[in-house]
Amino acid sequence: MSPRGEAGLWIAQRASAAVLALCVLVHIVVMIYAVRGGLSAAEILGRTRGNAGWAVFYSLFVLAVAVHAPIGLRAIAIEWLGWRGRSLGIFVHLFAALLLMMGLRAVWAVCA
Amino acid sequence: MSRLQVEVWRGRADGRYQRFEVPREESQTVLDVVTYIQRHLDPTLAYRFACRVGMCGSCAMTVNGVARWTCRTHVARVARDDRLQIGPLANLPVIRDLATDMREFFDKWARAQGHFVPTATRRDEPARIAPESRSRAAANAAIECIGCGVCYASCDVVAWNPDYLGPAALNRAWTLVNDVRDAARVERLRAVSGDAGCHSCHTHLSCTERCPKQLSPTASIAGLKRVTALAFLKGEL
Repeated sequence: MSPRGEAGLWIAQRASAAVLALCVLVHIVVMIYAVRGGLSAAEILGRTRGNAGWAVFYSLFVLAVAVHAPIGLRAIAIEWLGWRGRSLGIFVHLFAALLLMMGLRAVWAVCA
Repeated sequence: MSRLQVEVWRGRADGRYQRFEVPREESQTVLDVVTYIQRHLDPTLAYRFACRVGMCGSCAMTVNGVARWTCRTHVARVARDDRLQIGPLANLPVIRDLATDMREFFDKWARAQGHFVPTATRRDEPARIAPESRSRAAANAAIECIGCGVCYASCDVVAWNPDYLGPAALNRAWTLVNDVRDAARVERLRAVSGDAGCHSCHTHLSCTERCPKQLSPTASIAGLKRVTALAFLKGEL
């Protein structure tokens, strides 16, 4: 990959990590709060259904994951599988698309 | 006087460890042990050394799994139960026994643009650089590298990714990025941002832990990450 490409990926990894740090913290705190006194699907959906705030929050979370995980996986593929070149780039993009699709589908299911 | 049981690597990559028994001496170093073996037990043993006083870095080898300068490693410090295992530096092709082929190590130095490109000539006034200036202090903190290869041999990423430029080459590039007299800043930033450049570092800090001159290639590489990120955002890369 070009120097610009590598530097860009590194920045994207750091930036998405910052977003994830925040999202994960909020998510864990909310979960601990929500789990108190038992947990049910109806209880969760009662909070998230039709809630634009949660929709935005979890969409951002999904976006950050779709950026962060594939870049990390790319580094692992290079180091442990010796994978290089165009085919690796294609795989990484496909994986990102998969995460984005699955994640946004889940957000829709829970918040719509 | 007790004796040391020493395993020494013989042959090339497909070699094996050979056992020797060496008398223990006071203040004995691992280099003393290797020298004793070559002089008294097996003259065919191949190994490198030069200054034998911890200045040149030629005697770097793997001692009990750790890359060290053998002239600066006391046997008393590393030998458990009077046993020692000595091998060539890791992550480098073995020429024979304890001598490795350092060409790739120095080729990567060149690939990282680890050489100074002048802006002035001998007819110009000497450059005036304040030693306390931020950039000069950063360069000075990393400049004492003598290319011994211990950091390169200790690096996990070098082991996993053969293209990775490595801590020494990147550390040297960092000193030049901080040299205000240098003319090749952009080319150098591009050279260290390539496929297996500074961004491949996972900050394991093995290089910093093992460097016999107490340098921190990790810090230099972190500096390169910052500078290349800034250059990217400014559109300079």
